[in-house]
Amino acid sequence: MLRARDSIGMVDREARGRLLIAGSVALLGAAMLLSLSVGPTGITLASLPRVLVALFTGSDDAAVAREYLVLVDLRLPRTLLGAFVGASLAVAGAMMQGLFRNPLADPGLIGVSSGAALAAVATIALGNTFAAPWVKIFGVYALPFAAFFGGLAATFVLVSVAGRHGQLMVGTLLLAGIAIGALAGALTGLLSYTSDDRELRDLTLWSMGSLSGASWPKVIATLPFAVAVALAVPRLVRGLNGFLLGEAEAFHMGIDVEATKRLAIAISAAAVGAAVAVAGVVGFVGIVIPHVIRLIAGPDHRFVLPAGALLGAALVLVADVAARMIVRPAELPLGIIMAAIGAPVFLHLVTRRGIGGVE
Amino acid sequence: MRSLRHSARIMATLAFAAVVSGASVPATRAATVTDAAGRKVEVVDTSNILSIGGDITEILYSLGLEAKIIGVDATSQFPAEALKQKTNVGYLRALSTEGVLSIAPHLIIASASAGPPEVVKALKQTSVPYLEVEDGHSPEGVVEKVRFVAQVLDVSAEGDKLARQIESEFKALAERRGKIGKRSRAVFILGAQSGRVTVGGSGTSADAIFKLAGLDNVAASVNGYKPVVDEALVEMMPDVIVTMRRSSGTHDIDKVMGMPGMQSTPAGRANRAVVMDGLYLLGFGPRTPAAALDLMRQVYSDSAASGSTK
Repeated sequence: MLRARDSIGMVDREARGRLLIAGSVALLGAAMLLSLSVGPTGITLASLPRVLVALFTGSDDAAVAREYLVLVDLRLPRTLLGAFVGASLAVAGAMMQGLFRNPLADPGLIGVSSGAALAAVATIALGNTFAAPWVKIFGVYALPFAAFFGGLAATFVLVSVAGRHGQLMVGTLLLAGIAIGALAGALTGLLSYTSDDRELRDLTLWSMGSLSGASWPKVIATLPFAVAVALAVPRLVRGLNGFLLGEAEAFHMGIDVEATKRLAIAISAAAVGAAVAVAGVVGFVGIVIPHVIRLIAGPDHRFVLPAGALLGAALVLVADVAARMIVRPAELPLGIIMAAIGAPVFLHLVTRRGIGGVE
Repeated sequence: MRSLRHSARIMATLAFAAVVSGASVPATRAATVTDAAGRKVEVVDTSNILSIGGDITEILYSLGLEAKIIGVDATSQFPAEALKQKTNVGYLRALSTEGVLSIAPHLIIASASAGPPEVVKALKQTSVPYLEVEDGHSPEGVVEKVRFVAQVLDVSAEGDKLARQIESEFKALAERRGKIGKRSRAVFILGAQSGRVTVGGSGTSADAIFKLAGLDNVAASVNGYKPVVDEALVEMMPDVIVTMRRSSGTHDIDKVMGMPGMQSTPAGRANRAVVMDGLYLLGFGPRTPAAALDLMRQVYSDSAASGSTK
């Protein structure tokens, strides 16, 4: 279990935390530059000045037009969305771990992932029959929208089931979350059982995650969520730090525990719902990134949340660069890369340093 | 910004020709083509084609246009040299926008099942002409695909020749089909996993090839490729089991024949199974009449169909 224990070494952790955030900013900056500069076309950021000049002078150079297309219409939205996905998943993971006081908690526990998966699978499997009107209205965005609302709907169901007398019982929430996840999983299984060969292929690809559909409309659609997460994080730091000591202790510290729980759940659901909508199922980030930060700087959410956002974004971007380069001009699913590069590093850290926050 | 993006669309074709292909002289012809999605697409340059879909690649090779292909997708497994000699842009349902653009095609001819939808949408918005082709699981569909591709590439004469040849093969096939006495009841099995087989129901390419080969599809009550339990398969009482050999060379016929209850079906008792290459059997390209005839001969080996062959 996580615990903000020692007062010895507190100063040390404070310094390490600040250093970590500074380092994370630098890492994310480097990852974004890498993501903008690397791709199968071989166009790099060296073309950027030309593109910018052309933008203002209205140049008609065809080569510049192609560079503009790749840099501005393909890689820039992809980089922004990758950063958003990584940051959202890591922050949501850190929040859930703080809320449930369990380092293995992830947003899946509040039903958002299973709800999103169910809605996405329904869109793929029923896209030609029952869900045809939905697909017709939203076109290529039918699946992302469905995933987002599915995630939110599942979370809403869970919160209404687990809430009693205006209170959210963390234990009930956890168990009800497992039950709702199982139910959504069963329905997802039923839908994939009745899917045909091609639909199954699509389902498999979606469940491995990818940023290949990145576009400016998607960036604009995720912007409100990015802003909401950024605004909510500072408000949650004190509450989640109180939770590290226990719910009763937090209450006695004068923290509004119910408000903290509701805000953390709402923000996680929105962030993960939007991330799943953009990139499909991308596992791993939500558990591993907060954990690595706790290993380095301890469980203080003043560091875990912002550094989580920065490092989560950096990890997804680096993984995505690998995804587009390894088998170019084809593309590997993001989830495969992430687990392949992240899991060994994580294993190394855990076996060397012990479980963060417990030690 | 708008004007630049707009001009980008118009000009990038020229850009690709000028910047990428360098010395090679582009085959220039300006024509407006209406594709299967109903989009009017300006085709300027037909060198450097990216072919997405096994059937389309096969048609391009049959028309002798392989020199114009620079890239294919992972389903383009016939002829075998396609995947060896051309750049592979990956599985047709999992394309990458920048990946596709990186091989600098001057023209993309793609199956209507290409995806994911966002990538196809983005590709259609670039200046590279993107032509969609219907999958066409019928003799008319195959002939139409051939004529469409030939027309786009300005080889209508060759296309006409190939189309006529395919038509006459389908006609000969239909005549043979007419001579079949008692039609065999067959089931197509896509694959078998742990006691569950995936059969080809109505509306599938397997169902379409069965019709051409003069077989009754006993799984017609199922819609699409669907898994069924062993009991349901036994109840279908097939006379013959048809399955496909995957590109890896593997097939599941032994698993199917070993399923409990199979011995009580006519196919199991007589051990009657046909294994054919997946793309050949289900691809609906130029080889489809031959594939249907092949299937017909193997099933009706002891009847009129084989008797009338040379």
